[in-house]
Amino acid sequence: MHPSPPAAQPQSPRDLFVSFTWLALQGFGGVLAIVQREMVEKKKWLTPEQFLEDWAVAQVMPGPNVINLALMIGDRYFGLRGALAALAGMLTIPLVVILALAVLYAHFAGNPQVAAALRGMGAVSGGLIAATGIKLVPQLRKHPLGFATCLSFMALVFVAIAVFKIPLGWVLLAVGGVACVWTWKKIAP
Amino acid sequence: MTITMQWHDWLALFGQYALLSLLSISGAITTVPDMHRYLVVQHSWLTDAQFSSSIAIAQAAPGPNVLFVALMGWNVGLNAGGGIGAGPSAWLLGFFGLMLTMVGIMLPSTTLTYFATRWGHRNRTRREVRAFKQGMAPVVVGLLIATGWVLAAGNHAGNAPAWHLWLLTGVSALIVWRTRIHLLWLLGAGAALGAVGFV
Repeated sequence: MHPSPPAAQPQSPRDLFVSFTWLALQGFGGVLAIVQREMVEKKKWLTPEQFLEDWAVAQVMPGPNVINLALMIGDRYFGLRGALAALAGMLTIPLVVILALAVLYAHFAGNPQVAAALRGMGAVSGGLIAATGIKLVPQLRKHPLGFATCLSFMALVFVAIAVFKIPLGWVLLAVGGVACVWTWKKIAP
Repeated sequence: MTITMQWHDWLALFGQYALLSLLSISGAITTVPDMHRYLVVQHSWLTDAQFSSSIAIAQAAPGPNVLFVALMGWNVGLNAGGGIGAGPSAWLLGFFGLMLTMVGIMLPSTTLTYFATRWGHRNRTRREVRAFKQGMAPVVVGLLIATGWVLAAGNHAGNAPAWHLWLLTGVSALIVWRTRIHLLWLLGAGAALGAVGFV
């Protein structure tokens, strides 16, 4: 994988704030699927390769993944100001919305239809996140380990997390560790 | 529910969230069991119902999932102020609790990420940095698909058969993969199907 520069970039910290606010407000049940759609497919601030690499880093650092990702994108273009603008965009308005919802919820907590609608949205958001992963699979064709090896690592992680419910830290350490060391050997100069 | 919070209680709450921040590898949601132990079992600052509705509302609301932490702080503050019916003084305390838990959960992890990713970016041509980023790629893809699976599976609690839910998840994944339809339409359809009793 040789990263090529993305086709576009944010114009200003204000652009970052507005973009991440809009992005966060579309993310019901999590923002990740929206990040991929907005940042990679629509705005083209990130290439699919960059998204995959940045996401890997955001994933292994402590803290919410999408927040880490916003921080990294903001910092890359406008330094600390950009990082703070992206972070503020991600949190400010959604915080107001969620408080309003919490107050509303106090009134409708007993309504079974409200609970069922939330369930339906939850099922859809699971599909959205899975599709985000599926769309990244073709990127692995250019991987130094080869496509088949990558698919095996992928399947291993899926089974460990979804079927055996092994704590994520261990999976990242074991499977991720082996994958990184193997890649390190393959990309020998 | 009404509780009494001294200044050292607030400080302890902040410290606990700051500590969990550094432990929240792969997201704050992985620290939920420990938050439950601390807030509900050990200190009785929240009821079980307040704790789980904080998570459910954040899942349903737009925005990053980490906002469930804000609702927990909000509820602790409301309880300290005598409940939501006690008026503006309780709301102010709720807002104070919200800010305290959010800053606690965000500040340590974002500071660490900020400096670590800067280092990584400066050294991006180094072999170990490239090996790390590329080696993690297949792991991350597998993790994304597994996260979708776990999220979908966690929703089954209704009277409708489980395969309805999986069908809905599968079809939405297929539509997102193959088309560029706006994701809000899909979420709206999911809510409607839920409301009429399909899932």
